[in-house]
Amino acid sequence: MPTALNEQALARYRNDFLREVEERVDEGGWVKMCMQCGVCAGSCPFGPHWEHSPQKIFMMIRAGKREEVLASDSMWMCTSCYNCVVRCPRKLPITTIMHGLATYAHRLGLAPKRQPTRDFSVIFWENFTRNGRANEIRLMLRLWFRDGFGAGIRKALAMKEVGLGMLRAKRMSPFEIFGGHGVKDVKGFQAMIRKAQEIEDRKRGFSK
Amino acid sequence: MAEMKTAAYVCQGCGLGERLSTQQLAQVAQKEGKMALVREHPFLCSAAGVQAIRDDIEKDGVTHIAIAACSRRAKTEAFHFPAVAMSRANLREGVIWSQPDTEAARETTQEMADDYVRMACAEVKKMKAPAGNPEAARNTRLLVVGGGISGMTAALEASKAGYPVTLVEKTAALGGWAAKLWKRTPAREPFQAPAETGVAAMIEAVRADPNIEVRLSSTIARTSGAPGRFSVAIATESGGAATEDFGAIVQASGFSLYDASKLPELGFGKSPNVVDQAGLERLAREAAAGNAPIRRPSDDGEVKTVVFVQCAGQRDATGEHLPYCSGHCCATSIKQAMYFKDANPAVDTVVLYTDLRVPGNGEDFYRSGQSKGVVFTKGAVSAVEPAGNACSVRFRDLILDEDATIENADLVVLATGQVPNSGVDIEKVAQNEPGEWQPDANSVLNLVYRQGKDLPLLRHGFSDSHFICFPYETRRTGIYAAGPVRRPMDIAQAVEDATGAALKAIQAAENAALGRAAHPRSGDLSFPIVRLDGCTQCKRCTVECPFGAIDEDEKRYPVFNESRCRRCGTCMGACPVRVISFENYSVDTVGAQLKAVDVPDEFSEKPRILVLACENDAYPALDMAGMARRTYSAFVRIIPVRCLGSVNTIWVSDALNSGYDGVMLMGCKHGDDYQCHFVKGSELANYRMSKIDDTLKQMALETERVATYEVAITDIERAPRLIDEYAAKIAEIGMSPLKGFA
Repeated sequence: MPTALNEQALARYRNDFLREVEERVDEGGWVKMCMQCGVCAGSCPFGPHWEHSPQKIFMMIRAGKREEVLASDSMWMCTSCYNCVVRCPRKLPITTIMHGLATYAHRLGLAPKRQPTRDFSVIFWENFTRNGRANEIRLMLRLWFRDGFGAGIRKALAMKEVGLGMLRAKRMSPFEIFGGHGVKDVKGFQAMIRKAQEIEDRKRGFSK
Repeated sequence: MAEMKTAAYVCQGCGLGERLSTQQLAQVAQKEGKMALVREHPFLCSAAGVQAIRDDIEKDGVTHIAIAACSRRAKTEAFHFPAVAMSRANLREGVIWSQPDTEAARETTQEMADDYVRMACAEVKKMKAPAGNPEAARNTRLLVVGGGISGMTAALEASKAGYPVTLVEKTAALGGWAAKLWKRTPAREPFQAPAETGVAAMIEAVRADPNIEVRLSSTIARTSGAPGRFSVAIATESGGAATEDFGAIVQASGFSLYDASKLPELGFGKSPNVVDQAGLERLAREAAAGNAPIRRPSDDGEVKTVVFVQCAGQRDATGEHLPYCSGHCCATSIKQAMYFKDANPAVDTVVLYTDLRVPGNGEDFYRSGQSKGVVFTKGAVSAVEPAGNACSVRFRDLILDEDATIENADLVVLATGQVPNSGVDIEKVAQNEPGEWQPDANSVLNLVYRQGKDLPLLRHGFSDSHFICFPYETRRTGIYAAGPVRRPMDIAQAVEDATGAALKAIQAAENAALGRAAHPRSGDLSFPIVRLDGCTQCKRCTVECPFGAIDEDEKRYPVFNESRCRRCGTCMGACPVRVISFENYSVDTVGAQLKAVDVPDEFSEKPRILVLACENDAYPALDMAGMARRTYSAFVRIIPVRCLGSVNTIWVSDALNSGYDGVMLMGCKHGDDYQCHFVKGSELANYRMSKIDDTLKQMALETERVATYEVAITDIERAPRLIDEYAAKIAEIGMSPLKGFA
C-alpha cells in the first residue's frame, strides 16, 4: 500500500517535489517563502546532530531531491522547541513543516526504517487509539521490546527501581497490563479518529 | 578705494567678562592691533550691541571690524554686516569653553584670548568686503542631456518650477531604456506585480510642455562657459550645429548594458535561447504585441523552464568583468520571472543568485515572487551549455554545497550590469592644447575646460559625485549628473535622482546670476583674483583646481571662470608665487594672523602650536568640543581655513620661522571615500605636506614639527585629544630653536 501511494504521488507531480510538498504536507506552502538566511539552522539546539537543517531541507525540496528529503532522518529529530519558528524572519511555521514532512514520508512508506522517533510515534498512536487513553505499561513494554527479547529484559531491569517506586506511590497499576481502562465512549472516540483521518486524507489527496 | 577705518568690539557676555580681562583685550586691540575704534560691550549680539556696530559703520564710516566674541560659526545673523570686512576672534568656544576654569589656567587662558584678538585685528586689515563676481550672468534656461527617464524627469521637474529646458537626445526617440521594457518593477503599494512603465505618458507630457524644447538625434558638439553663461553647440545628425546659451546643465546620459558577448561561458551568442535582461524584455514585448506567451527563440517552442542567472559579469573579483553590483537586476529578474508565472503558473522559473539584493520595498516584491512560485536557488553559475533547443545550467549549490545542473532550460536570462555612459575618462584622454580644440565623438559634453572634455570619474567609470555628503554635486559647477551615469540605479531611483539634480541646476543658475558661490560656500561673493604679472605659467592652479574652473589662454596664462569656482582656495594653496588671492581670504590674511601671535621665548615653557583647521569639519568639531567643555592645550592657536587645499606652504614655513614649535593641519578624509567638501583639497594638501620634510630638514627642524590629520565633523572627543597628544609630543621634542629670529 505505501509503495503504491508513493508511485501515485510520483506520477501526479511529474517529479515536481515543491508542488507536491505544497499540496500534501502540513503547511508545505510555506517552503517556497524561505529566503535561505539560515537562522533556523543556527537556532536549532539539535543542529549539530542532524544531517539536514531546516534550511537545507527547504533547499532540497526546491532542488527536487524527493528521495533524499523523504528518507531523511532529520525532521524526525525535531523536538518541537519552536526556537526556529520564533526566530524565522519570514515567519515560516518550521516545526509544523518538519512534522508534516515526517508524517508525509511515513504515509508514503519512505521514512527511515527503525527510526526511534518514528517507532515511538507508531507505538504511541496504536496504544492510545485503542481505547482513548495511553496505557503506560503496555507502551513501555512495546517500546523496550522493539529491539528484541534480551534488550527488553535489560531495559526493564535497568528501570526496575523507577517502576517499583511508581507502584508504591500508586502512580501506575500493574493490572493495566490486561488491557486497562478506556474512555467512557470508546466506540465514539474511535469513530471520531476515523472521521478526522478521513478529512485529513481528503485534504492531503490520499482519497477523494 | 575709500580709506580704511578699523574698529574692534570686545564682548563681555556668555561668561567672557568673568573669565577674561576684557579691558586688557581692548588694550591689545588698540595698542597692538592698532584699531582706530575699540569698544567693550556686555552683550554684543543683543539688539543694542548690534546697533552700536551698525551706527559706527553708518555714522563713523567704519570699514573693517574685528569682533572678539564667539566663534565665527555662531551668531551669524546678528553679526551680519555685508558692507564691511569682518573678522571674528573666537573667545567663547575657542578659549573660555575649551580651557579649564581654574586659577592655574587663568594666565594661559588670557594669553590665548589676547592672541586671538591680535589675530583678528591683523586679519581684518588684510581683508576687503567682496565686491561681487564681475562675470555674474543670469540665464534660466537649462540644458538636459539625455532623453531617458532621468532626463525627461529633470526636464519636467524644472519646467514645473518655471524654468525652460532644452532636452537633447542622441537617438531619434525619447524614452531611453525604459521605453524598451515591457513592464517595470513596481514603485507603489502593494509591490506585488510588474507595473506599466508609464514612459509613454511621460513622453507625452514632455511633448506637450511648452517650456520644454526637445532636440532628437542631436549631440553636444561643444560646451564652454560657466554657470549662468554656458555656451553649447548642439549638433544634429545631418551635420548642422547651433550654439545656444544655458544657465546650467543636467547630464542624464544613462547607461549601456554590459556586453554579454564577453560571457561566452554563460552561453551568450551560442544559442538564441540565452538572452540578457534587455533581450527578455524584447521577447516579452513581442509576445505581448501578439497577445501570446513568450516562446523559445530557437524554434518557437513552448517555454517550460526559465533560468535567471544573477550577477552575470558583475561583482566579478577576477578583474575581467564589472566589479560592482548594479543594484536593480535582482528585482528585474523577479519581475521577468513574473512575466512567465503570471501568464502560466506551470512554467518553472528559477533564479540562481549568490546574494539577493532587493533594497527598500523590493523586499515585498521578492516575497510576492516567492509566493507566485518563483524558485530562488542560492548558487554560483559556472557554465551555460546550449545543446539543440535546450540549455544545461551548471552551478554550485551554495546551500547544499554541491555541484548541480538544471537540464532542459528553454530560456536562460543573464542579469548583466549597467555601464555608465560617462563619456571620456579625462584622466586618460588629455584635453587638446589651447587653440587646438577639437570635439571628441566619444564625449558626452565636449567641454572646452582645460582639465578635459567630460565630468571627472570616480570609481568604475561613474561620474564623481560627493556621494557621502552631497550626492548631486559633480566636480563641474553647474553641471549635475543624474541617473545611472552617477551610480547604478533603477527607474524609481532615477526619478528621484533627476528631480534632485534639476533643483540643484536651478539653484546653480540662480546663484550664478547673483555672483554667488555654489555649495558648499553657498552665498560667498568672493572669487579668486590673480595678479597675472607675477604668474610664471606653471599651470599648477589649472591642474589642481578640483572643479576645473581655470582654463588657459594661448600664452598659457590661467583664465579664471569665477562662476565655476567653489571658492575653496586650492589654487591659492597651489600657487608657488602666491599671486592668487580672495578679497576676504588670502595668503596675507592668514599670514598676518599667524605672525600676530605673541610667541614667548625659548625658556618660557610655553610652546606655540599653529592649527590650520578646515572650516567644514575640523573647525566645527573643535567648536563643538568647546560647547561640550572638552578642554585642550592652551598653547594652540587655531586658524580656520576654507579647505586644507588652500594651505600655502609659505604659512607653514612662516610659522616655523616665527618660532612656532609645531604646525597641525586638520582636514577631511581623502581617498576614494573622501569626505573633503572640495573633493580633492585635503588630498592635495596631504600630498604637498608629504614633501615638506625636506624643507624642515633644511631648516634643521624635526619632521614631527608639521603633522597632518584627518578629522571628521563628528570627532568632538578625538580632535581635542589629537591636540593634547601633539602638544605632549612637542613637549617631548622640545622648544623650537628658531624663536626670536623673526
